[in-house]
Amino acid sequence: MSVLLEARDVTRTVDVIDGEPLTILAGVDLAVAEGDRVSIVGRSGSGKSTLLNVLGLLDAPTSGELTFLGRDARRLRGAARDRLRGGEIGFVFQQFNLLPGRTALENVATPLYYDAGRAFWQREKIAREMLERVGLGERVAQLPSRLSGGEQQRVAIARALVRRPRLILADEPTGALDLATGQTVMELMEEVAGETGAALVTITHDPAIAQRASRHLRLEAGRLIADEPREYGGADAADAADDPAHAELVDGAAA
Amino acid sequence: MRGLGKFLTGIASSLAEAWEELRIHKGRVLLSLVGVAVAVCALTTVVGAGAMAEQLSREVSERQSGRPASITFSAYMQSPTGQIDAAAVDAAWTESLARHEVAFASRVTWASANVQYADGVSPANLQLIDVPYGEMHRVQIVDGAWFTDRDARRLAPAVIVNEVVWDRLGRPPMATHPTLELADSGVSAVIIGVSRAMSEYDGESAYVLNDAFPALGVVVDPMMMSSPSYEMWVPEEHADGLMQAISEEVRAALGEGSGFDGWRGDYGAWPEDPFLATKLVVAGVAVVILVLGALSLVNITLVTVRTRIREIGIRRTFGATGGRVFFAVMLESVVGTFVAGIVGVGVSIALVRSPLPAMLIGSSPDDMPGFPVEAAVVGILAATVVGALAGLLPALTAVRVKVIDAIRF
Repeated sequence: MSVLLEARDVTRTVDVIDGEPLTILAGVDLAVAEGDRVSIVGRSGSGKSTLLNVLGLLDAPTSGELTFLGRDARRLRGAARDRLRGGEIGFVFQQFNLLPGRTALENVATPLYYDAGRAFWQREKIAREMLERVGLGERVAQLPSRLSGGEQQRVAIARALVRRPRLILADEPTGALDLATGQTVMELMEEVAGETGAALVTITHDPAIAQRASRHLRLEAGRLIADEPREYGGADAADAADDPAHAELVDGAAA
Repeated sequence: MRGLGKFLTGIASSLAEAWEELRIHKGRVLLSLVGVAVAVCALTTVVGAGAMAEQLSREVSERQSGRPASITFSAYMQSPTGQIDAAAVDAAWTESLARHEVAFASRVTWASANVQYADGVSPANLQLIDVPYGEMHRVQIVDGAWFTDRDARRLAPAVIVNEVVWDRLGRPPMATHPTLELADSGVSAVIIGVSRAMSEYDGESAYVLNDAFPALGVVVDPMMMSSPSYEMWVPEEHADGLMQAISEEVRAALGEGSGFDGWRGDYGAWPEDPFLATKLVVAGVAVVILVLGALSLVNITLVTVRTRIREIGIRRTFGATGGRVFFAVMLESVVGTFVAGIVGVGVSIALVRSPLPAMLIGSSPDDMPGFPVEAAVVGILAATVVGALAGLLPALTAVRVKVIDAIRF
């Protein structure tokens, strides 16, 4: 499988008023290949979202190398960066971030406005097919406010995948859903991503969601380290409770 | 070819997106544009009403001092007696006018006569004029008609009384051929028309043609009768030349020791624009109105930009470029204000053309000025510029906002 995204010693610091710059990412190394399923866990404030923004070309690293589809992200500027992001990366957010006042169909069609090809002209048809694919074919005309949380996240998934991106970045995609709905949504996202061969990088507090990935990473002290997959629940739950990593995750989730 | 296709698709998608934004935000857009439409309507109405007020003021001025260019001459003698041969002046004046093909000219003299009313005798001012005077001074006839050349040859002399005299006579209809009884001579003059009183302070007065005046049989004390003045209305570009030529010709005809001097009395000869104050006031009010409208729009856009930042951030994650976001926000503002400008101008035209302004001002001009096209254009342009300026702030904010911050907004 070819490498989609590669980060080498990526750092990200932010300036603090009257203080030393704050280091959020202190040297991240990561390679994501096509079809990868990566989960990243970490405590609140550990820099998970910052990492996702850097990987998603929403934010630029302070130092280090970041390549996406072989292109140096540091050299990508303005519109070229926006176009690459729009065409190749799909985002799923914890709070869904659906556009208010637009129907499910209009929300899913939104990314197609930025496609300069045939997809723009066929945006309604493509969006409708995508909504059918996530099981909302009957609810295309509904406004987000009339949809349940699970349905809204399915709309968000359809929107993230409508341009067939090669990388999907999900920031706490089940954070606003109950456990069962969260699992269903993840299954759907993995299934739809699998159909297009897209890589899926999920940031989560939920160990059960993290477990679904094939690679498990933890962001700690600004660096990504491998996180051993564990079975949580049942007889393993007691062991897990003793595990400091699990305690961190639970603390983080509670926070 | 493929590049062109992409380019055209880019334009089409930008327009489609901007239109979609307008459609989704129509409630807010409409609300914010009400202020602009009202401002443009007020601006255009003020300018239109200002033009009407200026025309009214111009007409009042023309009634008193004549239209541009009106030149008034007076004749005098430098001899000790100072007596002027009026007939000689009239002849020289008429000849000179004919030579220069001046169509609008009138001799003007003031006299007075006692008029017999049902309740007694009262003096009335008589203004002796020639037929063109009515056109030259925009005399407004409220009933009947102004003099014609034939009126000078009537056996019963014709007069045009003002509304004050007409009121004292009981406002008799012209169809009944009312008369004005002159107490001293016993002559009955036929009233052929009624002129509008210039103000509520006007006294009793009447117009009489110079040539018909002798038929009234009014005995006038020469000391009580004004010296005739000679007025003409000529194109402005010929005014100075004609004034000099006619002065010299009449003076030459009258002989040595006589004088015939002319001067311009109309507002066109004033060194400063007499309507400058009106124009400045109108322009000042218009600018204040527009600024208020712009402020209201900027106010609303500044408030709504907070809600839009999140949306824009979401769009940026899906590949919306900074230019695209800028274009969408600007287009919404500019198209919206352009439409609001057209609506405002439309309402303004309806208002200015309605009887309302005349009712408010108390009178309407004889020559209703056309709706000021420049005001309409300025109104629409100003609205569009205001839209661009008001849209610029949120558009720049939208482009400069950090996507990460925006989606967490």
